Amino acid sequence: MIKFLLKGILRDRSRSLLPFLTISCGVMLTVVLYSWMKGAEANIAESSARFDYGHLKIMTRAYAEEAELIPNDLALVGVSELMAKVAKDFPQIEWTPRIKFGGLLDLPDEKGETLVQAPISGLAVNLLNPPSPEKDILNLENALVRGRLPQEAGEALLSEELAQRLGIQPGNVATIISQTMSGSLALANLRFVGTIHFGIQALDAQAILIDLADAQRILDMEDACGEILGFFKDRIFRPKVAAAMTKQFNTSFSQDADRFAPIMKNLLDQGGLADLLGMAQNVSSTIIFVFVLAMSIVLWNAGLMGNIRRHGEIGVRLAMGEDKGHLYRSLISESFIIGCLGSAVGTLIGLGLAYYLQVKGINVASLMENSSIFISEVMRARITWFGTVVGFIPGFAATLIGSSLSGLSVYRRQTSGLMKELEA
Amino acid sequence: MENNQLILTQKLTKIYPMGQHQLYALKEVDLSFGPGEFAGLVGPSGSGKTTFLNIVGSLDVPSQGQVEVLGRRIETLTHKEAAELRKKHIGFIFQTFNLLPVYTVFENVEFPLILLGLPSSERRQRVMEALEWVRLADRANSRPAQLSGGECQRVAIARAIVKKPALILADEPTANLDAENSHNILQIMARLNQELGITFIFATHDEKVIGYLKRKITLVDGRVTKDETYSSQPGMEGHHEAS
Repeated sequence: MIKFLLKGILRDRSRSLLPFLTISCGVMLTVVLYSWMKGAEANIAESSARFDYGHLKIMTRAYAEEAELIPNDLALVGVSELMAKVAKDFPQIEWTPRIKFGGLLDLPDEKGETLVQAPISGLAVNLLNPPSPEKDILNLENALVRGRLPQEAGEALLSEELAQRLGIQPGNVATIISQTMSGSLALANLRFVGTIHFGIQALDAQAILIDLADAQRILDMEDACGEILGFFKDRIFRPKVAAAMTKQFNTSFSQDADRFAPIMKNLLDQGGLADLLGMAQNVSSTIIFVFVLAMSIVLWNAGLMGNIRRHGEIGVRLAMGEDKGHLYRSLISESFIIGCLGSAVGTLIGLGLAYYLQVKGINVASLMENSSIFISEVMRARITWFGTVVGFIPGFAATLIGSSLSGLSVYRRQTSGLMKELEA
Repeated sequence: MENNQLILTQKLTKIYPMGQHQLYALKEVDLSFGPGEFAGLVGPSGSGKTTFLNIVGSLDVPSQGQVEVLGRRIETLTHKEAAELRKKHIGFIFQTFNLLPVYTVFENVEFPLILLGLPSSERRQRVMEALEWVRLADRANSRPAQLSGGECQRVAIARAIVKKPALILADEPTANLDAENSHNILQIMARLNQELGITFIFATHDEKVIGYLKRKITLVDGRVTKDETYSSQPGMEGHHEAS
């Protein structure tokens, strides 16, 4: 019977082409939009993790309360010991200490007088210690625009945008003016050996990147750091595992009332990211719902039109003894076949477009000016395993709803009128 | 009811409500049809011919009286049982052929066998046999749109006989055909009746059809006014002789 129905569908374009195109288009849009939303979620989550939150982050409780102010006077001390503990307790995580600091960058002229000054947002990471994962996490090789990466103490990187603005060339020396951990003035000369572009407006506007040991020396933070970031070794964030680790770590310090005791937060605990990602998921669900609804209405209408056009055929089939239930199921089966084909084709096209958007992305830098969110200026789609099947949800749901409603007309057909109807 | 009859009606009455009034389409019709009959209901429009076929074909139920078809009481059948009776034992031939346009001749004839769930090889054999009967085996792969009216009706006959039903109900089967094609299909049906023993009941007012009948039942205003049986089938052999 399926083979028989399939022949009819393939030959009768009016009963296959419109529903097929409707489903294909809807499924394609669903797949692309879903992949795009997933890409946006991943973009926000990954950028935030790489540059600010980590998959896990350890700070002092006091620092955590005022984290936006970068209160280095409340930083962690005894970092070596704490690093050893978490490396032992959570071996699946790579831990890396960081210091964030603010200040001014002063570029002198040939006489040593201030030529130009600009506020900076400093980030100190372990650049010179070979086992450090930071080069990989920050993707420094690719972010380098001019010059080279630091190779010895006293060397630093600054953002290409800042370098352009201040006229700093690779090899220039400039002075950092900041504040030590104890609140006194910190001054240090650094040689900027390269410029970088992270593609994140919040960083590229005024970022400088220095080695952690330099920062500890300049800011009087020996064996101290503002934050210790943890990353899953495969760089894939696992919310449940991270939450369990967070709970385990914080429980182990629950008896310590000191406000300088360490506290762990996972990615979703920070910056309202859980709410943001939850909202993104709601948007994804809404999009799918809207497509299901719209396609169902179109398919319902197409089914009604088809039933009107196939009035004679349905009548003959009832007269020949086909049970109404069987006929109804066969109409749904036809739609199901269309749904399968439409969903498959729509998914393939959608995945193709999503793959293009995943590889090429769309540059939204002009929309991100003055943005303080850690989000890449090149937005990309992301193909996930669920993205390969998500289109089948609206594809099938719309098909079943549309054909179920339109097919009900079979039950309203009176067999007693068939003779007259079929001779009309 | 008698068991040797294919169809037996007793005081068959069909009433259609028409606002405040009631329209009697059939009034206390008592008829019986045995196996192998080639009978026709004749009469003017509105005389109840199609209503009778509807009820005997289990497409409708009587308002009063009893109807037994192949041992089954029509008025007691559920929709599903009625569909089962039509599927297995009753073939229909319509005035307008009602072939499925997207399917080939072969597939149109095959469809009743698919409903019966027969295997592919048996379906193929039976479809080709049926098409041989109506002399359309060479048009098996054609679509209905490529056939003449007479050929379409022959396909409809093949579709009706392919499941080897006991009974075929034909409502004005020649109304859309010219004289030559009408005689062609009537000869085919008469031959099927004679050689396979299939019972044919027609609803018609076409003189050409009437000329082939072995039994002519005249209906007027829902009542049987005349029931004539002929000793010969004139379309095949000569003129009618009423008995």
